[in-house]
This record gives sequence, structure tokens and C-alpha cells, in this order.
Amino acid sequence: MATDSIASLNDILQKDEGALLQAWVDNQVNAPTFRPDRTSRQELMDHCRRFLTLMRDAARSGEQDIMSPPWAGVRQMLDDLSVSRAQQGFSPSETASFIFSLKQPLFDRLQKALGQAEAVTRLWPANLMLDRLGLYTTEVFQRGREQVIIRQQQELMELSTPVVTLWEGVLALPLIGTLDSARTQVVMENLLQRIVDSGAAIAVIDITGVPTVDTVTAQHLLKTVAAARLMGADCIISGIRPQIAQTIVHLGVELGAVITKATLSDAFAIALKRLGLGVQKVSAAPRRRDDDGAGSRAAGEHGEG
Amino acid sequence: MERIPILKMGEYLLVTIQIDMHDRLAMSLQDDLTSRIVSARAKGVLIDISALEMVDSFIGRMFGDIAAMSRVLDAETVVVGMRPAVAITLVELGLSLPGVRTALNIERGMELLRGLISARGADAGSA
Repeated sequence: MATDSIASLNDILQKDEGALLQAWVDNQVNAPTFRPDRTSRQELMDHCRRFLTLMRDAARSGEQDIMSPPWAGVRQMLDDLSVSRAQQGFSPSETASFIFSLKQPLFDRLQKALGQAEAVTRLWPANLMLDRLGLYTTEVFQRGREQVIIRQQQELMELSTPVVTLWEGVLALPLIGTLDSARTQVVMENLLQRIVDSGAAIAVIDITGVPTVDTVTAQHLLKTVAAARLMGADCIISGIRPQIAQTIVHLGVELGAVITKATLSDAFAIALKRLGLGVQKVSAAPRRRDDDGAGSRAAGEHGEG
Repeated sequence: MERIPILKMGEYLLVTIQIDMHDRLAMSLQDDLTSRIVSARAKGVLIDISALEMVDSFIGRMFGDIAAMSRVLDAETVVVGMRPAVAITLVELGLSLPGVRTALNIERGMELLRGLISARGADAGSA
């Protein structure tokens, strides 16, 4: 019975392809899910024609399982279609309707060819097969979207962990966003490598941009501090907001000997003091012009001792 | 059997680990170093591990042990030149070596040792 169904499907596809294609495309263009801004009727027509050709070839083999080798061409075409639609920003239902909109025109023709009574039983396998093809499309669509997300995550991770030099021997690591294990790893590696490269003795980790600190985040921070200490650099954690201080205490996180400061400037002051440097006011009313140069040079020149 | 050389520089001992450590080598280093601290009356030990690329928990613990043993023998220990990968590994192994002093390179380590020993001398003098 199932093979019969495929055989009659094959007949329809062979005899009536032109009209079926027309009806199918019309169906899609008139449906609310049609996106004239993303795809044209002509493009859709091409896709549909290719799909019908591939499906006819696959159905000729008599095989019903869409995961079997004869259906590879159909699957490949759906893969390409779904992934490209996922990247263009189609929704899952807009993508899956490509297959589901074929049902009505195809079943109309099957029914006409087979007669009312026989059609009911013979439609079932074809129906199942189209359902599976539709689900397959959705699955591939989802996978395509996931790939986009993964790529974006990687890009974000590379972007968001700069290590800046505040002064000779003082590094700062302004953290922005949630700290998960993967990011901590990148952050830690970046920081430690920069410590080696620059020979910095002090690193300031600024967590002003970290929205929440839970036990896991705190653990990651402590790991980073411990690793930097093993390399011979001291770490100061700065930018702790009042709410975060409360959370840390409520969670019972033990920060141990880690130096913590409320602001980056406090941490910088401590770092300069450790290096035997200091910032000094050079004149009562600094002129605007050379304010910058003179002000920052003061730290190096007047601080010794 | 291969051994790790221990160099004497004044009142300091200098240990440079330039080959991958295995357990037996670590044990013999412990033996050699402790007896050398006593015989040389060393006040400070500097261990340079900048060439060490791999550590396991045993080697990691050895550094802690050596530091503790030296302290018992009245010498300060500084471990210098740890590579980032080694530091990350040790932290991931849960060995943050709380009793070990560290420095970025030999120069800084020597400075730290001098500071520690002179501070200790001052303490002993005032007491």
C-alpha cells in the first residue's frame, strides 16, 4: 500500500508537474508567511522546481524513508534552503511552510487521480513523508541558527577581553558582561600572557561591568587571582558595587587575602604606592594646554621613595 | 641518574629546573636541597621554573613542600618564572600554593628574597 502511494505520487509528479508547481508557488505567495522583502516569486519558483525534480527522482526509487540514500539530493537541497533562510532571518514556520504548503495542491491531485475512497488510505504515507520533510527542514533551520549564535559568541569572547596598561608595571583588565567558565579561561590566558610580556608586577581586575556575581563567578575571579599570584604578580579586584559587596558576603564567598577596592582609581593608587610612585599636583592652576602631559609625568618623576 | 644542579650564591641557593620533572627527580631534589640548605647555611632559596612546561599535582605539591621544609630550616623560598599554562594548570588542580612566594623573573625574585631576609634580620635585631 505504501509503495502504491509512492507510485501514484510519482505519477502525479511526472504528469502534472507544471500545474502542481504553479499551484504550489501560488499557495506560498498568497500565504501570510510569504516574505516579499526577502525572496521573490521567481526565486521561489526556482526552488520549488528544483525540489519537485529532486523529489521525483527520489520517489522513483520507491524508497519512503527520507533519510535513505535516494533522498540525499532532496535533503541536500533542504539543507541549503533552510540554512540560507536562517541566515536571512526567516522564522521557523516561514521556512517549514515551504514543505507544508505543498500538501494541499499535491493531495488535491492525488485525490482526483485515485478517487475518494482509495485516496484516504493512500494519502497517509505521502502525508507522513511530507511531515517528515517539513520537520527535517525545521531541524536544519534550527541548526543553522545555532551556528550563527555560536559564531557570535566566539566573536564576542574575542572582542570583550582587553588588557590595558595603566602604567609601566600596572595592568588593568576591565571585565564587561557575565563571567562563565569559557570566558574566564580566555580572560585568564590573556592576562597571564600580558603579565609575562610586560613584566607587570600588579594587575587590577575591574568588575564594574560585571552585572552579577554569584559563587561561580567569584570562584572564577579567585582562580584568576591565584594564577596571577603563582606567576609572581599581585592582583587587585576593583569596581565592586555596593550590591555586589552585599551578595559576596551573603553567599559566604571567602575572598581571603585578595585586595579589593571600590573603584579603579583606588586600586591604581594602591598599585602606584606598591611601586614606590605617587601622583602629585604640580601647580595650583594648571594651564589647559599642557595639563595632560605634565600631570601624568608627575607620577613618575616625583614619586620615587 | 640525572640530577638538578643547586648553585650557591652567597647566602642564597639557586635551583634552575630545565628539564621535565618526574617524581623520582622531585624527591631527589627535595633531599639534595634540604641537605644543601643545612650545609651551606643558606638564608634563601630561589627556584627558577621558567623552562618547566608541564606540572602535575605531585610536582605542584613538591613546591609547597620545599617551601615549607626550607622555612623549617630557616630559609625563605621564592619560585620564579612560572609559565601561564603552568599557573592555570596548578590553579585548576586546586593547588594555589598559599605558602609559596612567587616572582615574575630571577631579578624580581632576588629582590624579594633580599627584602624578606633583611626584614627578618631587622625583626631579629629588634627582638
